[in-house]
Amino acid sequence: MKLTLEEVSNVAVLARLALPEEELRRLAGHLNQIIEHFAALQELDTTDVEPTERVLPMVNVYREDVALPGLDREEVLRGAPRSNGEAFLVPRVVDTADGKDCGQ
Amino acid sequence: MTRDIENIQTAWQASEALRSGRISARDLTRACLERIAALEPSLSAFLALTEEIAMEAAARFDANPAAFPDPLAGVPAAVKDNMCLKGVPCTCASRILEGWEPPYNATAVQRILDRGGVICGKTNLDEFAMGSSTENSAFKVTRNPWNTSTVPGGSSGGSAAAVAAGQVFYALGSDTGGSIRQPASFCGIVGVKPTYGRVSRYGLVAYASSLDQIGPLTRDVRDAALVLNIICGHDPLDSTSYPGESPDFTQALVRDVQGMTVGLPREFFAQGVREDVAQAVQEGARVLEKAGAKIREISMPNVGYALPVYYIIAPAEASSNLARYDGVRYGHRSGAASDHVDMFMRSRAEGFGAEVKQRIMIGTYALSAGYYDAYYLKAQQVRTLLRRDFDRAFQECDVLLTPTSPTPAFAVGERADDPFQMKLADVCTIPVNLAGIPALSLPCGLVDGLPVGMQIMARPFDEETMLRAAYTFEQATEFHRLRPAI
Repeated sequence: MKLTLEEVSNVAVLARLALPEEELRRLAGHLNQIIEHFAALQELDTTDVEPTERVLPMVNVYREDVALPGLDREEVLRGAPRSNGEAFLVPRVVDTADGKDCGQ
Repeated sequence: MTRDIENIQTAWQASEALRSGRISARDLTRACLERIAALEPSLSAFLALTEEIAMEAAARFDANPAAFPDPLAGVPAAVKDNMCLKGVPCTCASRILEGWEPPYNATAVQRILDRGGVICGKTNLDEFAMGSSTENSAFKVTRNPWNTSTVPGGSSGGSAAAVAAGQVFYALGSDTGGSIRQPASFCGIVGVKPTYGRVSRYGLVAYASSLDQIGPLTRDVRDAALVLNIICGHDPLDSTSYPGESPDFTQALVRDVQGMTVGLPREFFAQGVREDVAQAVQEGARVLEKAGAKIREISMPNVGYALPVYYIIAPAEASSNLARYDGVRYGHRSGAASDHVDMFMRSRAEGFGAEVKQRIMIGTYALSAGYYDAYYLKAQQVRTLLRRDFDRAFQECDVLLTPTSPTPAFAVGERADDPFQMKLADVCTIPVNLAGIPALSLPCGLVDGLPVGMQIMARPFDEETMLRAAYTFEQATEFHRLRPAI
């Protein structure tokens, strides 16, 4: 199964990566090389084999429902590319009636 | 002072020197910082130095050594730059995180600090721990102290090089498919991947969450046990951390393998393993046999499928974990974006390096509708078959012995253009992560003047048997005393 440039481009959108065509072409080559090696797995009969999702048999790890201190807001916001001291600022996601930008 | 330090080879020897008053933690730390400065131009092992944090910790120890009963208190160390150290940039060797300073400590790091450990710096790695040579860092290529034209292995190559070159006495690494053991092997030191869940992953920047595990890189097996004693144990901040008690791993340092069955799985000696590497490991098996162990050749038929399984599961988990780098909360944000989706896409494209993008793409593809069953589900099923191989092997054997890597360190640039050749460097270590079991690499010889690593695997949560076999081998040989002439 060979990935076409169009399929690779579609995967890049799903992966939220804006890649120029040149990079997509290079990636298509590498991806096809790697996917070829995946074919080996089809040799194995895995009918009725349970998948392994985690190696420790732990499920539903609960703790008491008590509030604990979180990270300091000021310190967390210090790492943000843009903030107003209270929240992260991002480009507008919804249209506003007056057309004013809420973020960026 | 420097001459005093040169006589101290290991962390436990440093500890003895500190406790006897022969040296102060401040002098020891200063000497390490001087050695780091002297060797960095040729090694490039560090991404950040934390002189102030180190000297303060050393001074606290000197002021009252009795307040720090842990043997590694006052002993200089380093941490791979994918673990959070509060207030110090954590880059994961990626431009996308450049300049970000975590507001908290990783649990493993916190445990070292709480016990009086002295952290001198953050070490270089392959970007987001993806790679086998430390050439994939966005900032610098780390060199192997045994021969600076070769790679130190990856992705914990900075940590391995720093320990092998004597810049620090021990370091933390992380191991997703061999990223502690393979560089330990290339640099001639000891590296341990503990059982999955033994060490909290809180504050370790996630690559593939079902495989990642923090562990020590050290000069000998005793040091590895001492570091494990600090970092292992349950952490309520990581719901996958094992809730049981951790033993005192130094109790396992007994020179005795009488009655122990050591398995040699023949598939691990195929897969492109160089003849002279295989021979060094087989001689290692004879050392254990001479000490009283029973050697048994076994077969693990599904081991050959580990590499494709890993290169589906790890990127699949990575594509999900790395979705958080979108330019909103930390790190790089593109200045050219028109709307929020465009901002995500441009920030990620500008911030991530080629290898990371490639793995995100593989993972996204393997998880996408229409391919999920053929790739991801299939890989998880083959992972079960592989685990069954290990279960069967450990019914007959107490430990398994294999090469850590099929070859010694390769030249810088040699495998950069061939994505699959590079991945073959991890072919012997990957099965361990997929099964979740513990494994250790220790030096067992030299080939072309470069170290060869021997890998010892054990049953889940049986690090003690693994350490006992390793200690017995180490005590019977001199390989752990070999040092690079740098």
